[in-house]
Amino acid sequence: MHIDKDLVAASSTPLVLAILTEGESYGYAILKRVRELSDGEIEWTDGMLYPLLHRLQRLGYVTTEWRTPDAGRRRKYYAITDAGREALEEHQRQWLTVARALGDLWNGRGGLMSALGEA
Amino acid sequence: MTIATVESQIAEWRRYVSAAPAVDGRDVDELEDHLRHQILELGEAGLSEEEAFLVAVKRLGDIDALSREFAREHSSRLWKQLVLRGEPTDAPGDHRWVMPIGLAVASAVAIQMGLRIGGFPNEPSAWIVRNLAFFVLPFLAAYFAVGRRLEIRGLLVTAAPFVGSAILVNLYPIETSSAIDVLVALHLPVLLWFGVAYPYTGGRLGSQDGRMDFVRFTGEWFIYFVLIALGGGVLMALTGLILEPIDPDLGELVIEWMLPSGAAGAVIVAAWLVESKQQVVENMAPVLTMIFSPLFAVMLTVAAVTYAVTGVAGDFDRELLGLFDLLLVVVLGLVLYALSARESGRQPGVMDGIQLVAVLAALVLDGLVLGAMLARIADLGFTPNRVAALGLNIVLLVNLAATAWMLLRSIRKRVPPNRLVRWQTAYLPVFALWAAAVVIVLPPVFGFS
Repeated sequence: MHIDKDLVAASSTPLVLAILTEGESYGYAILKRVRELSDGEIEWTDGMLYPLLHRLQRLGYVTTEWRTPDAGRRRKYYAITDAGREALEEHQRQWLTVARALGDLWNGRGGLMSALGEA
Repeated sequence: MTIATVESQIAEWRRYVSAAPAVDGRDVDELEDHLRHQILELGEAGLSEEEAFLVAVKRLGDIDALSREFAREHSSRLWKQLVLRGEPTDAPGDHRWVMPIGLAVASAVAIQMGLRIGGFPNEPSAWIVRNLAFFVLPFLAAYFAVGRRLEIRGLLVTAAPFVGSAILVNLYPIETSSAIDVLVALHLPVLLWFGVAYPYTGGRLGSQDGRMDFVRFTGEWFIYFVLIALGGGVLMALTGLILEPIDPDLGELVIEWMLPSGAAGAVIVAAWLVESKQQVVENMAPVLTMIFSPLFAVMLTVAAVTYAVTGVAGDFDRELLGLFDLLLVVVLGLVLYALSARESGRQPGVMDGIQLVAVLAALVLDGLVLGAMLARIADLGFTPNRVAALGLNIVLLVNLAATAWMLLRSIRKRVPPNRLVRWQTAYLPVFALWAAAVVIVLPPVFGFS
C-alpha cells in the first residue's frame, strides 16, 4: 500500500512527538520505530526527518543534547517538552475528529473507530 | 571492499553534503551518524559494505531536496544561498560593484554640495546639520530598492518616509541650535534608518525573519562602518601630517573635505560589504558578543552594587539621563547581537546567563537613577531634552525588562529561546515610532525652540 505523501507529511509531527513520549531518542531510532509501528507502510525519505526535528526544536516542542554513548559515536538526542506534549494533544484531537468523521461516512456512526478497535 | 574505502566514501559524501548552503557542520554530523547506523544495520542483514553504503545514501534522500528542506527550516542560513550562490564576486566582468560604488560617490558629492551651500565650515547654518541624514540614507534606501527590484508601489512606500520627514523637518520653524534642533538632528537618522528597513526586507516588514534580517544587517553594517572609520581615520591623520610641511592649513582643509564625504560614502560601502561579504562578519558578531557580554555584565554589576550601597544615584545631574539611555542602548545592542548570531535551535547556555546578569544590572542601575530623575523632573518641569531622554529611557526599560523575564524563562526551559526573538522583532516598530514622535510631535509641542 502506498500512503499519499501529503498524508505522510501531515502525520509526521504527531508521529514523531508521540514516539518521543516513549522516551528520548535519536533520528535513526525514531525512523526505525516509525517503520516498526506501521509495518513498513509509512516510508519516509530518511533525511527529511532531520529538518522536521529541527523545526520541532525551534518551536520548543523538543530539546536536544549531543551525547556520546559508551563505545559509540557522538549522537544528538531529542526529548519531548511540556509544550511538545500540549502540541501532541492538540494533534490527537484533530486526528480523532478527522478519523471519526471519515468513519461515520464509511461505516456508519462510530464505524471506523470500532473497525480500528477490532483490527 | 575494505573499511578504508567505505570511510573514504563517507568522507566524500560528507564533503558533498557540507557544500549545501543551509546545512551546517553539526547537521552533517547528525546525518553522518544516521548514515553509519544504517550501513551497520544493512551490513548485519548481509549486504556488502559497498551495497550498504549505496542503499543508505539512497534512503537518506536526494541531497538537493534535503538541502531545500533544511533551507526552509533554517531560513536565517538561507542568505548564504541567496547571496553567495551564483555570485562569484571576483569573477572578471562582474559589474555588481558599480551600483553601490556609484551611489557612495553620489552620496559623497551630495553631502559635500549640501555642506558648501549650508556655509560649512565657516558658519554652518542650522538646516544643514538637521538635514545631514537626507544626503546619505536615501542613497542607501535606493541601493536596496534597486537591488531588491521593488515594484512601483514598493518604491513609493520607500520614498514616503523620506519625503514626508524632509518636508516636515524643513517646514517646521525650528530655532537654530535650540534643544529641539539638536533632538531632531539626533532622532532623524534613527527614523530614516527604519525607513531603510522597508527596501532592505523587500517589503517583508511584517515577517519576523525579515525584521531579524534587518537587525542582523544593522549589527554587521555597524561593524563594517567602524572598521572603515578606523582605516579612514588613519588615512586622514597621515594625510594631514604629510601635507603639513607644504602649508599648515592644508591638512585641516583636506580633512574638512574628506571627513563628511568619506563618512557618507562609507555608509553605503559598509552596506554593500555586508551584502556581498557576509560570511566574514558572520563569524565576528558571536565573537564580539562573547567578549563584551561578560565584560559589560561585570561592569554593570559593580556599578549597580556601588550605586545601591552608596546611594550616589540621587546626586546625579538630571541631564545625565541621556548617559543611561546610551547604556541601555548598548546593553540592548549586545542582546540583539547575541540573538541575531545564535543558531535557531541552540539551547540556552552560560552566555544567556551572563546576558541576563548584564540586563538585570542595567535595569537596577537605570531604576535607581530613573527614580531620582523623576522626582526632580516633577519639581522642575519638562524640557524637550528631559522628555526625549525620559521617553527613550522608558521605551528601552520596557524592552529590557521583558527581555530579562524571557531570558530567565528560557534559561529555566519554560519557553523556547525563540520567544525572545519574537518579542524583539515585535518591539522594533516601537523604536521607530518613538523616533518619529520626537521628530514630528515634540517640536510643535515645545514651540520649536
